[in-house]
Amino acid sequence: MKRVIRTAKILVATLGLAAIAGPALAQKGLDEPFQKPFKEALAGKTVAYVPVAMNFDLTEGWYAGLKKELEPFGVKFEIRDPNWNTNAGAQAVTSLISEKPAVMVIHNPDVQTYAKLLQRAENEGIYVIQINMGSAYRSSAFVGANWIEIGEKDTEAVVKACQGKSNKIAIVQGALSAAASAYTLKGVENVLAKHPEIKVVSSQAADWDAAKAKAITQTVLKQNPDLCGIVGFWDGMDIGTAAAVKEAGLTGKVFVATSGGGERKGACELVKSGAFDLNLSYDVPTQAAQMAGTIKWLLSSGAKAGSVKGSEYTTLIPITKENADSQTACWNLSDLKK
Amino acid sequence: MKRFRFSQQEIVFAVFAVLFLAFSIFLRGFLTPENMLTLLQNVAVLGILGLAMAIVVIGRGIDISLIAALAVPPGLVLQMVQDGHSLTASLLTAVLLTIAFGLINGWLIAYAEVPSLFATLATGLLLAGLGQAALFQLDVVQWSDGMAGFERLGQGTMLGIPSSIVMFAIACIVVAFLLRRTRWGAYIYAIGDNPYAARVTGIPSRPIIVLQYAVAALIGCFAGLVMAASVNSMPTRIFNSTLIYDVILVVVLGGIGLSGGRGGVLNVIIGTLLIGTMLNGMTIMDISYAGQNLIKGVVLLLAVITDSFLNPRNEETAQQGDI
Repeated sequence: MKRVIRTAKILVATLGLAAIAGPALAQKGLDEPFQKPFKEALAGKTVAYVPVAMNFDLTEGWYAGLKKELEPFGVKFEIRDPNWNTNAGAQAVTSLISEKPAVMVIHNPDVQTYAKLLQRAENEGIYVIQINMGSAYRSSAFVGANWIEIGEKDTEAVVKACQGKSNKIAIVQGALSAAASAYTLKGVENVLAKHPEIKVVSSQAADWDAAKAKAITQTVLKQNPDLCGIVGFWDGMDIGTAAAVKEAGLTGKVFVATSGGGERKGACELVKSGAFDLNLSYDVPTQAAQMAGTIKWLLSSGAKAGSVKGSEYTTLIPITKENADSQTACWNLSDLKK
Repeated sequence: MKRFRFSQQEIVFAVFAVLFLAFSIFLRGFLTPENMLTLLQNVAVLGILGLAMAIVVIGRGIDISLIAALAVPPGLVLQMVQDGHSLTASLLTAVLLTIAFGLINGWLIAYAEVPSLFATLATGLLLAGLGQAALFQLDVVQWSDGMAGFERLGQGTMLGIPSSIVMFAIACIVVAFLLRRTRWGAYIYAIGDNPYAARVTGIPSRPIIVLQYAVAALIGCFAGLVMAASVNSMPTRIFNSTLIYDVILVVVLGGIGLSGGRGGVLNVIIGTLLIGTMLNGMTIMDISYAGQNLIKGVVLLLAVITDSFLNPRNEETAQQGDI
């Protein structure tokens, strides 16, 4: 018993000492040795952003997200908007190479056009981050959706919805030369190879254009009113696909699967209205945060441009009727811009 | 003996008839009432735009800015309603914007005497740029609850006919009336045929030309509203597409020569039908995008070449102000 009391006394004494000594140590503070070089590595650096065009949910979302993460560290954030013109984009990248920003964030219109330029940029010591649509050249980082996975998941959902029905499906592709369209198609093919019972009655490119998507879908639905599903390649375009389905009075009967950046109006609202049955979101704010993270890491690492190469594929959020109402499934561009 | 000559209009009609017949025989599901309606529905907006272009081309001009008039004012309607304005106020603003735009076009061409091709090329860019920079939040302006009911302009049916076809029909009747039954229409033909003679005979050429571009812009805006109602949104970046070439093709193929003074609504309908039949047939056959462009190009070239063989240019026709 005595021993127990003694032990307790020692314990109390030690704790008391610690209580006095603790604040004394904290008052002195401890310098964190890494934050200063980090700040220095970022301050005054220029990050240039070349999307395929501004003014749509994805590119506006990336822009707002990057700005928010980078500007507080004194990073100069510049934008060159080619406005859907591939030549203007190539010119922008070329002139940027001579201006030598520290980092270029590039959204490729297709897999070829910028490939050589991006390689040149890295040779000149500029880190190149490619977003969502990659080129044939692998640069410091690719941040974006795994299109093959999107194609597979969308098609799997359509195939499942077709069980016990006609097994006839249609595919509405984007612009044929775009990485997003070509890779998604590969994903679609991967799944269809396992399901020989599925018959593709139409597989056409609508060029990311809602009106074209509507015209194609209308014709296909008239020829095949028993169609059971449509694999669309982008929600911005598939508004037209869905409008055709709605007009034919087949909402709910024809399963429409698509993908997009998950902006509320373009994704959750349309899923809620029944226009889309599945919208795979690659969650643009998360992509922006991942890009910003990569930029911070690259700049502070001091690694030579082109010496490291990696990919960050986005975790997909499937938006369906179940989660379309939730606050977290989609994001608001207006909030992100604040 | 009178030598029989085909006009381009008849050649295009023949090409259309041959295609239509071939598709009807060989393509299952083509010649059904439903598919015929879809065919028309798909080209209704193109047809309405063709009417606007026809008015200008008959008056010996061209309006490259038509797609801007299609995209921006209707986009503004959707954006304003989204921002909480009433539908009526939004429509009124858009119509005023369209008229102002048409008047600027007309003034530049009639009074400042800028060639129509360059004037409208510039003003189109201006309007599209204005839309992107100042009017819209995003390129694709989404439909909102305040627009409820308005989608009937491009969706659903009236008396069993899809409403976009009805809108095309209404536009055809209005334009045909304007061109054939009003003095203004007769003046346009006169100016298109010979602007100098028209002026000498006392036709108020300049105001007529201004009016012509204002009407074209209004029809363009109407086409845009039908389109927005049809796809439940306004993809304003359609301005960057090749749609304007399709519109010119519809007009020229239908037989309204770019030299002005000839043609009418029927020509637009024929041109639209040819394009519609080709697109529909190729979609049913599931021909790839590249293949479709190739076929479109070949058919159009054939029609134009046949015309230049059957109606060779001579000094008289060469004097007309072709572009």
